[in-house]
Amino acid sequence: MVEFLSFREGEAAQEPAVTVESFTGQSNSTAVRIEAGEDARELLPYIDRLSLVEVNFPAYGDGRGYSAARILREAGYDGELRAVGDVLVDQLNAMRRCGFDTFRPDKALDDAAVERALNRYADVYQKTVDGRRPVWAKRHPETVNG
Amino acid sequence: MYRYDNYDQSIVDARVEEFRDQVQRRLAGHLTEDQFKPLRLMNGLYLQLHAYMLRVAIPYGTLNGRQMRKLGEIARKYDKGYGHFTTRTNLQYNWIKLADAPDILAELATVEMHAIQTSGNCIRNISSDQYAGVSADEVTDPRPWAELLRQWSTFHPEFTYLPRKFKICVIAAEEDRAAMRLHDIGLKLVSRDGKVGAEVYAGGGMGRTPMVAPQINDFVPEDEIVSYLEACLRVYNRYGRRDNKYKARIKILVHELGVEEYKRQVEEEFAHMRELGLNPPTEELDRIRPFFAGPAYETGLSDEIDRADPAFALWVDRQIAAHRQPGYAIVNISLKPRGGIPGDASAEQIDLVADLAEAYSLDELRVTHAQNLVLPHVKKADLHAIWQKLDAAGLAEANMDLISDIIACPGLDYCSLANARSIPLAQKLSERFAGADRQKDLGELKVKISGCINACGHHHAGHIGVLGVDRKGVENFQLSLGGSGAQDASVGQITGPGFSEDGVVDAIEKVTDLYLSQREEGERFLDTYRRLGMKPFKEAIYG
Repeated sequence: MVEFLSFREGEAAQEPAVTVESFTGQSNSTAVRIEAGEDARELLPYIDRLSLVEVNFPAYGDGRGYSAARILREAGYDGELRAVGDVLVDQLNAMRRCGFDTFRPDKALDDAAVERALNRYADVYQKTVDGRRPVWAKRHPETVNG
Repeated sequence: MYRYDNYDQSIVDARVEEFRDQVQRRLAGHLTEDQFKPLRLMNGLYLQLHAYMLRVAIPYGTLNGRQMRKLGEIARKYDKGYGHFTTRTNLQYNWIKLADAPDILAELATVEMHAIQTSGNCIRNISSDQYAGVSADEVTDPRPWAELLRQWSTFHPEFTYLPRKFKICVIAAEEDRAAMRLHDIGLKLVSRDGKVGAEVYAGGGMGRTPMVAPQINDFVPEDEIVSYLEACLRVYNRYGRRDNKYKARIKILVHELGVEEYKRQVEEEFAHMRELGLNPPTEELDRIRPFFAGPAYETGLSDEIDRADPAFALWVDRQIAAHRQPGYAIVNISLKPRGGIPGDASAEQIDLVADLAEAYSLDELRVTHAQNLVLPHVKKADLHAIWQKLDAAGLAEANMDLISDIIACPGLDYCSLANARSIPLAQKLSERFAGADRQKDLGELKVKISGCINACGHHHAGHIGVLGVDRKGVENFQLSLGGSGAQDASVGQITGPGFSEDGVVDAIEKVTDLYLSQREEGERFLDTYRRLGMKPFKEAIYG
């Protein structure tokens, strides 16, 4: 069983993440935790100094964190983006596609199930922030670069 | 018709395997029902009163003979020999065993079908106009866009755990045959300066707070529709209410923010998103479009129909719509036989319609939101032969848009959410008004019945709507008048205190009697109601 899952090079950030409120109020912290319902865009002025953004999923069905993650990646944030809370194995793929690169679920995940979940789909229909070429780009390689 | 390429097929096949894995984990006890529920719901599998119900997607209501025959085969093999066509133009099986579900999905995948996102708080099956590609009044066939959006919405990683389910409709004609403005987002394709784009309507819906969607944009160019929708969905995903499932649909967000504020937020997000390269290239729409190009019609055909047989002539007058190709007709097949269950078809009937589609309709058929079927490309010379075959199978009812062409949800006979039974009421109503002359005299009259506040039977949009509620353990039916799901969309008004099952049938008779006595030349029931208002109808019912 895995309690922490990382797709990043090197060590995971160790600094405890502080709330958005205390983060924006103090200048030296480099790790922040976003609760569902908090506005990820409040962090955009600080992305250069951030090394960890933790996004909490209070319940698997609360999908606000997917938007938060994608917004940060779209803005160029390239530090660690960690999904925490009610994170289930069947959601890892979508979370990866929205830019999460580390996971600390409330309940440990089965290694084999993680492996299967992440390798299930060879193709995707949407362009997101994970760099995968969507099906429409593969269908038209002569017009869609990158 | 669209055909899968290897990419589409591999994604659907992977889904079958994923679901097989999930079901095995459930059956082995590795997943609790609580853990399994969100997974099965993403695949259209509901636990109902008596069994599992599986909802199969019929994208934009279009399918071919081979697909239809497969639906019949599944009904025979895994269900009790029936399928139920829904107001979302999908098909439901009501008697499914969990252990069979992966095999059913595997069978569907062999004919390029699936049950992906037919439930759950995600983007559902894209709906469209059942006359797409064959009606004379459309700007363009909306289905290439619907297919583009089907692909875009399939496993969209950001929008799979929305506050609530999300329904999108695409039409391209002036006449709205798909209840476009009662969707979470409705797109109406229009042409401007020779370019195609979409009018966008957001925040429509039924449920306990029915709303007709206001327009939020009058022209989104066709090559930016995907990024515009991403913006609409992102604003909803971030700010839609999650504290109360009855206030979680986008209509509440649009209503609470106000149209202008929602629109402003969408525009702001769109300004950002349009720079991200999210839109498929125009070549992708160009790739999809030929799949929907008009089939090879014969030319020089006669428009004459031999009306010697009066029963046939009656059916022709009711069930046939104008086709844009000379010599051809659009055939509407009623799934509302006298005393029957609206939208139900037996495996044999499904097979027959598959045969007819192949033999007479260039291998294509459609499902309508009114729970009927359509053969879109029929030679007028073949109409009589088709009618005879339909008649022999109990499918030749001539009641399109008449009082017995009732939309009804499955209700308490099947559904675990329902408060009242919709089907027996629909059956009683269709018996009460069974006379062909009487129905014809009453003219266009759309009756819609929902067995609970979730409004799957579209009662808010019925010229006459019925909502089943539970009153101290007794089924009670509220009557509403004046709704419409068409281009003149409106929400019906409740008449007053509710009725018993027989009482509501009597009340509907009083309402229609009043209409007959008060109507002016050329007025439909809805027109007379709109002219007179509720008062006289209320007096007729309760006075």
